[in-house]
Amino acid sequence: MPLRASKPSASAIPVPPQDRWKRFFDSDMLHAFVRSPLVMLAALIAFILVALAFLAPWLAPHDPYDLKSLNLMDSENPPSWVKGGDPRFWLGTDDQGRDIFSTILYGMRSSVLISMSAVGLALLMGVSLGLIAGYRGGWVDTVIMRIADIQLTFPSILTALLVDGIAQAVLKGSQLGNSHYLILVVAIGLSYWVQYARTVRGVAMVERNKEYVQAARLIGLSSRKIMFSHVLPNVLSPVLVLATINLALAIITEATLSFLGVGLPSSEPSLGTMIQIGNKFLLSGSWWMVAFPGATLALLVLAVNLVGDWLRDKLDPRLR
Amino acid sequence: MSTPVLSVRNLRVEFPTRRGTLVAVDDVSFDIAPGEVLGVVGESGAGKSMTGTAVIGLLEPPGHIAGGQVWLQGERIDTLPPEKMRRVRGKRIGMVFQDPLTSLNPLYRVGEQLIETIRTHTDASPAEARKRSIGLLEAAGIQGAARRIDSYPHEFSGGMRQRVVIALALAAEPDLIIADEPTTALDVSIQAQIIQLLKTLCRERGAAIMLITHDMGVIAETADRVAVMYAGRIAEIGPVRDVVQRPQHPYTKGLMGSIPTLEMDGGRLLQIPGSMPRLTAIPNGCAFHPRCDFVFDRCRTERPNPMPSGASAVACWLADPKNGSPRVDREATAAQAKSPT
Amino acid sequence: MLAYSIRRIFEALIVMITVAALAFVLFRFVGDPVNQLVGQDATLAERDLIRKELGLDDPVPVQFARFVWKAAHLDFGMSYQVKQPVATVFAARFPATFELAMTAALFATLIGIPMGVYTGIHRDSFLSKTFLTLSLIGISLPTFLIGILLIWVFSTRLGWLPSFGRGDTVDLGFWRTGFLTRDGWAHLILPAVTLGLFQLTLITRLVRSQMLEVLRADYIKFARARGLTDRAVNFGHALKNTLIPVITVIGLQVGSIIAFALITEFVFQWPGMGLLFLQSVQSADIPVMSAYLFLVAFMFVAINFVVDLLYVWVDPRIRILGSS
Repeated sequence: MPLRASKPSASAIPVPPQDRWKRFFDSDMLHAFVRSPLVMLAALIAFILVALAFLAPWLAPHDPYDLKSLNLMDSENPPSWVKGGDPRFWLGTDDQGRDIFSTILYGMRSSVLISMSAVGLALLMGVSLGLIAGYRGGWVDTVIMRIADIQLTFPSILTALLVDGIAQAVLKGSQLGNSHYLILVVAIGLSYWVQYARTVRGVAMVERNKEYVQAARLIGLSSRKIMFSHVLPNVLSPVLVLATINLALAIITEATLSFLGVGLPSSEPSLGTMIQIGNKFLLSGSWWMVAFPGATLALLVLAVNLVGDWLRDKLDPRLR
Repeated sequence: MSTPVLSVRNLRVEFPTRRGTLVAVDDVSFDIAPGEVLGVVGESGAGKSMTGTAVIGLLEPPGHIAGGQVWLQGERIDTLPPEKMRRVRGKRIGMVFQDPLTSLNPLYRVGEQLIETIRTHTDASPAEARKRSIGLLEAAGIQGAARRIDSYPHEFSGGMRQRVVIALALAAEPDLIIADEPTTALDVSIQAQIIQLLKTLCRERGAAIMLITHDMGVIAETADRVAVMYAGRIAEIGPVRDVVQRPQHPYTKGLMGSIPTLEMDGGRLLQIPGSMPRLTAIPNGCAFHPRCDFVFDRCRTERPNPMPSGASAVACWLADPKNGSPRVDREATAAQAKSPT
Repeated sequence: MLAYSIRRIFEALIVMITVAALAFVLFRFVGDPVNQLVGQDATLAERDLIRKELGLDDPVPVQFARFVWKAAHLDFGMSYQVKQPVATVFAARFPATFELAMTAALFATLIGIPMGVYTGIHRDSFLSKTFLTLSLIGISLPTFLIGILLIWVFSTRLGWLPSFGRGDTVDLGFWRTGFLTRDGWAHLILPAVTLGLFQLTLITRLVRSQMLEVLRADYIKFARARGLTDRAVNFGHALKNTLIPVITVIGLQVGSIIAFALITEFVFQWPGMGLLFLQSVQSADIPVMSAYLFLVAFMFVAINFVVDLLYVWVDPRIRILGSS
C-alpha cells in the first residue's frame, strides 16, 4: 500500500439532522441575512403586509363589500389629518365613500391571493412539465421545450394580458360571476411556468444520466419515484428563488391587468382597480385615492423583490 | 554578476476575508538573472501563481501586497502608480497564462490583438506593427502566418493558440516572461514543443523566464534554477541539478520521490503523507512539520527561513549548521506516520 | 448559415400558424359574427345570406385557409365597434405606437448602456450603488404607477408637460407623425420616459452583470498583462464581449416595449394600437382582438429573426459554426 493518507471526502459522510441545523445557523446564509439590515427590513415589511392582507376582515374598520354601509355623503374625503378630513376615515375615502384604508387591506388580500395562487399554478405546471421533459426526453421533451422557447420570446405580462383579455371577452356574455379571480390566476400562472420548466428540466437531465439513477432503474424502481426523491430536492433552491421573484412579478401583473380594466372589475377592491379609479380623480386634486394604494403596491413589490434578489444571490448564482 | 532582472524581497501577499486574513505568499525572496530560467514548483495553493501575479501587479482585489519589495532591473515596481505599472506590463514583463483557450479575446482576430499590444508599447505604425506581428507568429511556429494573422482565435487548435499567446507575451520584447502553468491545459504530446518554443524564443531575445508549474519533469528539463514553494513560502531554492538530484528539504525529497523514472524498475513511488494545509490553518513553526518524517521539537515552534546550504538555500532546521541534526531513519518514521491518518 | 436560416424561418412559420389558428378560433367561434353585423332584428333569410357571403357554411379547414389567406393580405374583416376595416383602423394607430416605442427604446439604450458600463467598472463607487438601488426601485414600480407619478409631478403640480394624447401631429399621407411639431414632442416626453424607464433599469443591470462577468475572464487578465490601457481593456475588450448578449436582450426587449406600450398608452390615452386592443376587449370587438394578436405575434417573430441574424453577424464563433 502506498504511503498515502486517504483524504475523507466531505460529501460521503452523512450529516445527522441536528448537525444540519447547526450548519444552517453557522452558514453563510444566515450570517449574511443578519448582516444585511435592508434585507431583514424588507422581509419584515413583506411579512407584515401579507399578514395584514390575510387579516383584513378582522382588521379593517369598514367593509368595502358591504354596500349598505356606504354613504355617498362620505365620498372623496381627504385623509383624517388633512383639512376637511373625517376622523372615521384614516386615509380618506374614494368616490363611492369606501374607506381607503379598509379597501387597501381587502384589495391587498385579493392581490396577494391571486398572485400566490398564480405562482403556485405556474410552479406546479412548470415543475411537472420540466420533470417530464427532462426525464422522458425524446419528442416529449422537444415539444415541451419548443413551446417553452416560443413562449419565452413573449413578455409574460403580454401573455397574461392576451390570455386574460381573450378570456374576459369570451366570457363576457355568460354569467360566470366570480370567474374573474380564476381567469386572472390562470392567465398569470400560464405566463410564468416556462422558467420553472427550464430549470427543472436541466437538473432532471443531469440526474437522469447519473449512475445511481441508472442503477435504481435497473433494480426496478419506478421512474416517478426516482424523479421525486432525487430530482426534486436538487431543484428546491432555484425553484424557491424563482417563486419569490415571480411573486413580485405576479403582484405587478395582477395590479396592471386590473388597472387596465381587463382584470378584476372596478367594483372588486384590488390595488389595481383602486389606482384605476383614483387616477380619474387625480387631476381634480384627490391625490389620496391613488397615493395610498400606489404606495402600498410599490412597497409590497419592492419588499418581495429585495428578498428575492437576495435569495437569488445567496442560493443560486447561476440565475443572476 | 550583473543586476538581476527581477529581485523579490520578503514578498507577502494577503487576502482579507470575513474570517480573517489569508496569507497566500509569506516572506518570499528570490532573484532571476538576465536570461535565466527560474522554475517555481509546488502543489496548487502553494502560492506560486500568486507570486507571479503579484510581481506583475495583477492581484485581484481584495488580494494585495502586504509587505516586501519587488525590483525590476534595479527599479522598485511594487510601489509604482497604476499607470506606470501598466507600462511595465507587456513592455518589460510579459505573462503567459495557463489556458490558451480563454486567454485570447474570441471577438478579435489574433492580428488585431498583436498589433494592439505592439502599438500600445511602441510608436510603430499600423503597417509596421502588422509586419512585426507576422514575424512574431512565424517565430512562434505558426505556418502561413501572413494568412493566419487574420484568423479568429477559435480557428486555431489549443497548441497553436498557446503559440499565439507566447507571441503576444513577447510582442513588446520584455526582459522577463512569467509563464504560469503554460502547458497544463495542453495535450501531453505538444507540451514539450511549447516549452521548447518558449525557451528558444526567450533565449534568442535574451528574456528571462519565471516558469511556474507543478510538473517537476518540465522544470528538470528547462530551468536553470528552481524554487520549491510550500504553503506560501519557499522551501528550497537552488540550481536545478542540485535540487533535483540532491534535494535537501524533506518536502523536496518527497516531491522528487514522487516522479516516476525509467530506472525505477518496479520500485514504488514515494508519497508524502497528508496534504498541504489550507491557508486558513497553517501550523505553527515549519508549515511542513505535521507531514515531515524528520520533525523534531524546534520545527513545531520556530519557523525556519531559507539558509544557505551548498549552492542552494533551504528553509529547514536540518540545514542549520548550529543544529546537531537528529537524523532519524526514514523508513521507520514513515511506517509510523502511515497508520493513524 | 443557410440551413440555420431555413430552420429559423420554419419555426417562425409554425408560430405564426399556431397564432393564426388561435385568432381564427377566436374570430369564428366567439360570438356570432352574423349577429354582430346585422343586428338583432334581421330575418332568418337575411342571416343566411350574410352567412353564405361570409363563407361561414364552408368546412372549417376551408374557412381557416381563407382566414390565413386574408390575414396574409392584411384583411382582418370589419371592426364591430367602429364599422371600418380592421386594417384601416390599425394603419391609423400604428405610427403612434411605433414612434412611442422607438423613442422609448432609444432613450433606454442610450442611457442604459453607459450606466451599466460605469457601474460594472466602478462597482464599489457610491454612484454605482445609488444607480443600482434606484434601478431596483425602478423594477419594483409597475409601469402604470410610474406613469401616474410622472403625470402627477409634471402635469398636475408643475404644469410643464401635457398628460394625455399625441398633441399636434403632421399627416405625411401614409404616416401621421408627432416628431415634426413642438407640441408633438412635448406630448411624447412623459409616455416615452415611462415606457423606457423599465427597459433602462433592465439594460443597466444586464450590462453591469455582463461587464462584471467579462472583466473576470482570462482574456481580460491577459489583456491587462500585456499592458493595454484601462481604456482599451474596458471599452475595447470588455465592452465588445459584453454587448453580444446585450444586443440579443435589447432586441428582444423591443417586443417587451410593445407589451408595455399598451400600459403606457392606457395611462396617457395615447392613441396607439395597445389602447385600441384594450378598447376592443371592453367592447368584445373580436376582429380587432384577433388582428392585434396576429400583429403582435408577427412582430415578435420578425424581431427574433432579426436579432438572431444580428447575433450571428456580431459573433465570429457562431458565424463559423453556422457555415459548417
